[in-house]
Amino acid sequence: MTSAAAERTSQAIAEAAARAHAAAAGRTDPIPGPRALGVPLARFAALVWTIAVSEFKLKFYGSALGYLWQIMRPLLLFGVLYVFFTQILRFQDVEYYPVVLLQGIVIFSFVAESTTASVTSLVDQEPLVRKIQFPRLAVPLAIVLTALFNLMVNYVVVFVFLIIQGGTPLWTWLYQFPLLIVALVIITAAMSTLLSALYVRFRDVRPIWEVLLQTLYFISLILVPIEAVSNPTLQKLLLVSPFACIVEQLRHAVISPAAPTVTEILQPGALILVPIGIALALCIVSFTVFDRMAPLVAEEL
Amino acid sequence: MESGREAGAGRPAVVIDDVSKTFMVPTEQVHTLKERALHPFRRSSHERLEALQGISFAVEPGEFFGIVGRNGSGKSTLLKCLAGIYRLDQGQIFIDGRLSTFIELGVGFNPDLAALDNVTINGVMMGLTPREAANRFDSVIDFAELQDFTDMKLKNYSSGMQVRLAFSVAIQVDADILLIDEVLAVGDAAFQQKCFDVFYRMRDEGRTVLLVTHDMSAVTRFCSRAALLDHGHLVDFGAPEDVARSYLDLNFGTGEAAAEPGADEARSGDGKALIEEAWFEDARGDRVEVLEQGSPARLVARARFLERIEHPDWRVLFENADHHPLFATSTTWAGLETGVIEAGDSATVAIDFEVPFAPGRIYATPALSYRGSGDRFIDRRERFASAVVTGVHHSGGLVMVPHDVSVSSEGPKA
Repeated sequence: MTSAAAERTSQAIAEAAARAHAAAAGRTDPIPGPRALGVPLARFAALVWTIAVSEFKLKFYGSALGYLWQIMRPLLLFGVLYVFFTQILRFQDVEYYPVVLLQGIVIFSFVAESTTASVTSLVDQEPLVRKIQFPRLAVPLAIVLTALFNLMVNYVVVFVFLIIQGGTPLWTWLYQFPLLIVALVIITAAMSTLLSALYVRFRDVRPIWEVLLQTLYFISLILVPIEAVSNPTLQKLLLVSPFACIVEQLRHAVISPAAPTVTEILQPGALILVPIGIALALCIVSFTVFDRMAPLVAEEL
Repeated sequence: MESGREAGAGRPAVVIDDVSKTFMVPTEQVHTLKERALHPFRRSSHERLEALQGISFAVEPGEFFGIVGRNGSGKSTLLKCLAGIYRLDQGQIFIDGRLSTFIELGVGFNPDLAALDNVTINGVMMGLTPREAANRFDSVIDFAELQDFTDMKLKNYSSGMQVRLAFSVAIQVDADILLIDEVLAVGDAAFQQKCFDVFYRMRDEGRTVLLVTHDMSAVTRFCSRAALLDHGHLVDFGAPEDVARSYLDLNFGTGEAAAEPGADEARSGDGKALIEEAWFEDARGDRVEVLEQGSPARLVARARFLERIEHPDWRVLFENADHHPLFATSTTWAGLETGVIEAGDSATVAIDFEVPFAPGRIYATPALSYRGSGDRFIDRRERFASAVVTGVHHSGGLVMVPHDVSVSSEGPKA
């Protein structure tokens, strides 16, 4: 490069910098960079909805018998457990035990599906995360929403089965059921979000979560109704888990009003604050961790 | 955003103010809780990779702005910072208007979904409402010329069709500022022309476009100004011709661009000697167009000297049709003295080798440069000689390495 050219260059660079500094002076609206949320809620919702719907479509169009496959898995699992728990181990005095079992399986499938897919979700979506700026939180939440669609499909089977078994429609279907599902979705979403953020840094979160999920399966009153637990302290201990509370309360609200409610077991009444507190803490921790992780995901992958 | 553009007559569309970005590249990745638990006090060692260092410049509204630089110069990092994908370590970026980034074609396309779903998802990710995204489907399909294939799953599209759809999706986003990374190199010639038409149209519509590219001819054709990055620093800024020249200075060896109309585009150098001929020969010394893989061959180049030059350096680069360099050599590397050549004299260079190249056309680029100057060419003629390599085995590799294959088997009976 000749010296004249070098002079032109350095002058041009200095002028460019001066122009940029002058334009930046006094401005307070720099672009924020990658974030967990950072867009209007409506846009965020549209994003999550669109991703989830297309994922759901994929499942259904993936095979000719898409819908059947969707309900087949929980039904098959149900068949096995049903034979075991009605022929070998008996809970005779539990009203509509088969439906209770099926509902438990359906709920647990939702949790398992959401969380296991979410764990690796940010890493799986690497091409997207590294190339488009969009709210990172959409990735795990879309997975939870897809799982929720599946849950809805599966619940149709639960209701049909309940009617076949002689169950009657209840008023609690109209208010308690939706509220409990909302609570379930929130807790599951919080857990999924947390796991997805942790996995970016710690790859052994996945095997750890697999084990924890297995544990959750057995302590969440899915196979064994709460009455079958004879020790009242143990009953209370099981209901420390907000997830178990939801399972138990859904049984009461959807299947048999005679089944004990969560508040009946958690006596004195203040004890209900424990699972609620745990759920709230989970939500806060989850969002905090994800919010801190979100700007870094594109670099850490 | 029209009002914003007008109100900001003195306000740039994009301001990059003293932006730095450093990546911590771990030398050993601590990726599990177990490792953290076992070695809680071990400081994980990192290497600092300073991708951007104190970059400052502004892009005015309506500009077609080029960002150029060699691989690893930080230009893509800058684009990702602009797009809000990376967090800045230092500095600020201001953007006036709606931004659409176009970093890679077809990001987020799902091969199992049909075009409509993909177009919708992509639009929503880019910031449209689902309704807007669905509404522009027709114009996207029209531009991509895929009217007959809207119900087909993307995985059944040819790669060209996918590229067309992706490009079409990207440009149909109604943004004030577009960030475009290296997309000119896709599609067939007709589609490329269409892309160029779109770029012209965008420029005429007064949109602001930031184009990251290696292609200096695109920079000089489209851009009103350009910035050159090297090792994370801004090393040139201004008129595209100046920046393109600086880029070529950095990038010795690629003497294209900066070509005056009518001149031999692929020729560079000061012309004090002229490479007049170059050809391939077979083992018998006959000039040939076809070389057989594995057989001896020779490349010869001859130059006429217009001025006296001491010890010029001959170099030859061999490339395949895809512009992949196959190998290069020079008299300097070979430790040869080329001597003092008087004005009016001719000189030749010959390179003997056994053809290792994969079947296909190969090109030789002979060049003469001043001794020890690196990149000051006397004459360089890009792809001046060519030949077709024939061979039995199309391995898919660039070269065929002489090798042996052996097998053995073992078993309890053997």
